[in-house]
Amino acid sequence: MGEAKRAVIRQVKGKAIPLPGDDIDTDRITPARFLKAVTFAGIEAALFCDERENMPDHPVDNPAHKGAKLMFVGKNFGSGSSRESAPQAIQRFGIQALVGVSFADIFAGNSFAIGMPLAAASPENAARLIARAQRHPQTQFVLDLEKLTVSFGGESLPVEMLEDRRKSFLAGTWDMLANLEANLPRVREVAAGLPYVSGFSS
Amino acid sequence: MSERTLYDKVWDSHTVAKLPTGQDQVFIGLHLIHEVTTPQAFDMLKERGLKVAFPERTVATVDHIIPTLIQIRPFEDAQAEEMFAALEKNVGENGIRFMHLSTGRQGIVHVIGPELGLSQPGMTIACGDSHTSTHGAVGALGFGIGTTEVAHVLATQTLALGRLKVRRINVTGGLGPGVFPKDVILRIIHDLGIKGGLGHAYEYGGAVFDKMGMEGRMTVCNMSIEGGARIGYVNPDETTLAYLAGREFAPQGEGFDKAAAYWRSVASEPDAAYDDVFGVEGESIEPMVTWGINPGHSTGISEKLPRLEDFEGEERRTAEQGYAFMGLKPGAPIAGTKIDVAFLGSCTNSRLSDLREGARILKGRKVNPRVKMLVVPGSQRVKEQAESEGLHEVFTEAGAEWRGAGCSMCLGMNADKLVGAERSISSSNRNFIGRQGSPKGRTHLGSPATVAASAVEGCLTDPRGF
Repeated sequence: MGEAKRAVIRQVKGKAIPLPGDDIDTDRITPARFLKAVTFAGIEAALFCDERENMPDHPVDNPAHKGAKLMFVGKNFGSGSSRESAPQAIQRFGIQALVGVSFADIFAGNSFAIGMPLAAASPENAARLIARAQRHPQTQFVLDLEKLTVSFGGESLPVEMLEDRRKSFLAGTWDMLANLEANLPRVREVAAGLPYVSGFSS
Repeated sequence: MSERTLYDKVWDSHTVAKLPTGQDQVFIGLHLIHEVTTPQAFDMLKERGLKVAFPERTVATVDHIIPTLIQIRPFEDAQAEEMFAALEKNVGENGIRFMHLSTGRQGIVHVIGPELGLSQPGMTIACGDSHTSTHGAVGALGFGIGTTEVAHVLATQTLALGRLKVRRINVTGGLGPGVFPKDVILRIIHDLGIKGGLGHAYEYGGAVFDKMGMEGRMTVCNMSIEGGARIGYVNPDETTLAYLAGREFAPQGEGFDKAAAYWRSVASEPDAAYDDVFGVEGESIEPMVTWGINPGHSTGISEKLPRLEDFEGEERRTAEQGYAFMGLKPGAPIAGTKIDVAFLGSCTNSRLSDLREGARILKGRKVNPRVKMLVVPGSQRVKEQAESEGLHEVFTEAGAEWRGAGCSMCLGMNADKLVGAERSISSSNRNFIGRQGSPKGRTHLGSPATVAASAVEGCLTDPRGF
């Protein structure tokens, strides 16, 4: 059986990179031409590289946000292509969790698979978090998966997470491969019961 | 609430277990792989000392990085060659069937799946590619996954997934002349928004889909993800069965009859429940073209561009950004916008019916001398069939380039790219900033007919005049 990466994730604490705007697609997060590699190593160099080139004060490059562990985003973050390089680049850049209004489904699945929690805030609260990180970049935020809050400077805002994913992070079982493997005998039974697997012969 | 839908039936029959944390463990009937999203997955298996559990249920092709001009190994592009070689090695070591260039079956993964009869009704189909929703056209649940999930499928033939809601989308009546499946899906995305499908599977139905051919259904299902829906499907019917009959990997003879009975049985029941229902009148759809930086930024070709006042909040900001990036003005007509490049191809629109429509318009006409036009068949089979009908001659006589099968100019991972701020009309699926390989390149999406008509006129053009 494979060795699972087990890590309990209860909280993510640190500064945050504010990234306003909706519908930030994965072509913008990691443009396709940087996907021509057989490894994810170094993919963080591609993170938002096209827009950073045209925008010298891009939040990702702002020294005030250096060392951030959180990223605050808008609606439908990570839309488009299924490329895992997008969450990989964010994670390898040093970000450990994202808080936003909503996330695209495939991006959310990929983030879960690599152990990066995503939390949803109301549009008003997401905007407040972004504004706070913009105006006071040194603010230490705490995303708490048990309490389902983001807190900073005495304030505490509610967030939501898919319950099954939240439980997986809290239990340290987000690396699903071992869970999936444990059921291989049952997988073979289900397969045998599907008419197309047996070539419609029975 | 989606009882007795195809989605529920297929999900239930493929559920292996409830995982301790609440997700469903779902069996994947067909796993399609390509060179871009898999090398790291094979490495993950190696690191953990795991083998591919069901190698016979995975099929490989090469599409994203393949050059469309000269397909001789080693490729000129060393990175492309490295990715191709890695895939070759991984499929060889693991006993996975590979639709190699030499097989005559290579092509874009979402073209060859249905074309070879690999994709069948009632299956779950996963691939490390968001446009896997395409395979829903045959009545399967097809969806895109990331690379870690590709490793999960390789090692266990299963995924940990949460259930989606199901939205039924009825397109009633009929389509006017010059209006195609591409226009239908662009209109649906326009109306429901690019976030409208988050957390949903889309079930497409109604008279327009009953009459629509399989390739058109593939075009619509393909772009479900552009509306935020990870899955889109059409219930299998007689059109589906007729399409699958005789396909290489579809059951043959007696097996086909048994299969057909099963396939019919997976369709949503007349009394199926849906989480919600949405309707569009087919007659109200006109040829659509995008003007902005996501597939929801679209308009009828005869209409004027939307005013900024039509958008609220962040959507207004995105629209402003779209207008600035595309160099267009609210309130101006979209038709007549000059183009530099016309691209007919991609997993959305590179099948025989798409090429026939492009050729119908280009026959006896010339591509505007200012415009570079690429016609890229979706697979070696499509290319062969098109050539047997003489379509390639129509394209080359019109002044377009006829290429080898691959993803080509859809996404800038091969030599086919926009240059600088070039403006294209493209039959592909994404008009995101930088998508066609140039950070400043500007993309307008449209149907193959709109691409061909615009190529002739040198500007965005209503194909209904052709």
